[in-house]
Amino acid sequence: MFSLASIATMSACIFLFGIFFCVVENFQHMVREMEKSVAVTVFFDEGLSQEQIDAIGSQIRARTEVSDVVFVTAEEAWDEYKEIYFEEAPELAEGFEDDNPLANEAHYEIYLKNVESQDDLVTWLESVDGIRRINESAQVADILTNFNMLVGYISIAVILLLLCVSVFLISNTVTIGIAVRKEEIAIMKLIGATNGFVKAPFVVEGIIIGLIGASIPLALLYFLYTKLINFMGDKFNILTGLLQFLPVGEMFRILLPVGLALGVGIGFFGSFFTIRKHLRV
Amino acid sequence: MIDLQNVKKSYATGVQALNGITLHIDRGEFVFIVGDSGSGKSTLIKLLLKELDPTSGTIKVNGINLNRMKPRAIPKYRRKLGVVFQDFRLLKDRNVYENIAFAQRVIITPTKQIRKNVPKMLSLVGLAEKYKAYPRELSGGEQQRVALARALVNQPNILLADEPTGNLDPKNSKEIMKLLETINERGTTVVVVTHNQEIVDAMKKRVIAMHKGVIISDERKAGYTQHAD
Repeated sequence: MFSLASIATMSACIFLFGIFFCVVENFQHMVREMEKSVAVTVFFDEGLSQEQIDAIGSQIRARTEVSDVVFVTAEEAWDEYKEIYFEEAPELAEGFEDDNPLANEAHYEIYLKNVESQDDLVTWLESVDGIRRINESAQVADILTNFNMLVGYISIAVILLLLCVSVFLISNTVTIGIAVRKEEIAIMKLIGATNGFVKAPFVVEGIIIGLIGASIPLALLYFLYTKLINFMGDKFNILTGLLQFLPVGEMFRILLPVGLALGVGIGFFGSFFTIRKHLRV
Repeated sequence: MIDLQNVKKSYATGVQALNGITLHIDRGEFVFIVGDSGSGKSTLIKLLLKELDPTSGTIKVNGINLNRMKPRAIPKYRRKLGVVFQDFRLLKDRNVYENIAFAQRVIITPTKQIRKNVPKMLSLVGLAEKYKAYPRELSGGEQQRVALARALVNQPNILLADEPTGNLDPKNSKEIMKLLETINERGTTVVVVTHNQEIVDAMKKRVIAMHKGVIISDERKAGYTQHAD
């Protein structure tokens, strides 16, 4: 009876953990996707030869925090500009056909692996010869970095809280189990049972509670997550570009072992330390 | 076999349960320990079971000094002792067979061996037919026989019985004592703590009388002596 109550509460805790994990993982996945679109742009000193520009490109590519570097020529920059600003009146741009107003605006778009390393990169770029101007999206980078950290802290706090609740519950179950089996334990000790023999059933019970308590919510989460992704894909496909959910397989490749390990770990440690405290055998 | 030298035991409450006990029990002896409530009999049993440690003095059992015994060695030591209590202490949710087999499982005896040993013990205590019965279906005397079978199944060389007839009628008490005598004749040292004057008088065994934590008489082939203040 107490075991069932423990399984139920453990399930609830791991279910909450799972939901939180899915939210955090998906959020971080989305942030990572957004980070990919945040770029640092560098413009070159006037009269720099293509060889010198290529050399700067090689130095940038060699940096560990850089995930991708795209070279945009002055012509490409002008084409893009025209597309954005002269889309409805292309004839206005024709006057500039032979005189590219962005002739000196060839640049590198540098994409980072992690937006947090933007400051380091910019500091380094400022020391590189031949670079005239650096455009960085500092605000976006700061917001993403801060938000990422906030989510990280909240997730750690919630997970720790849930862990404490689960350990307390297992400990309670084992304490009740010890009280119920007090006579049996006393007989075992008098007959000459070793400490391990007396403790083993309680630890095994704790592990089983943890295992069942983790399996139920993980199965439920798998079902609900699959349904949710399909539902969002069907009903809100307009947001598909913005809300990029982690596929269910990828999510559970982490969540399944983490959830099971958490359940078994809580079951093992909760019961092991409680029985040590109460039995002193 | 059992050797106590000037053993004293006082509890945290200030009660002096044993006050300088010195006694020796040889291998194969049958000994009664008698005395009023509070005379220190149960404390003595607890010391022999290593449930308690003496405040001072030395206790040796089977040549082992219990004072120096490490906690890890206690289970192994207890396997050499059989113990029965007034309230039988059977597992109520298990039948007779399982209660006895439990003692064997605790010391990791192979199942095949358990299947041989348990029926032998049941025959010895005269309960071969009732191996499927649960404790609640048995009389007090039968429950005590199961407790005896459980105490003996691991073949201890000492049997400690704490008021084994305390909850039994005279007829059952006699039968249990007869059984203890049989067990003793098979070579097991038997130490019985009891109040039962009639039985002690009838058995004519060694009787150690205690009063307020000291031994006041130790006689062979004696009867029960009531020692008042």
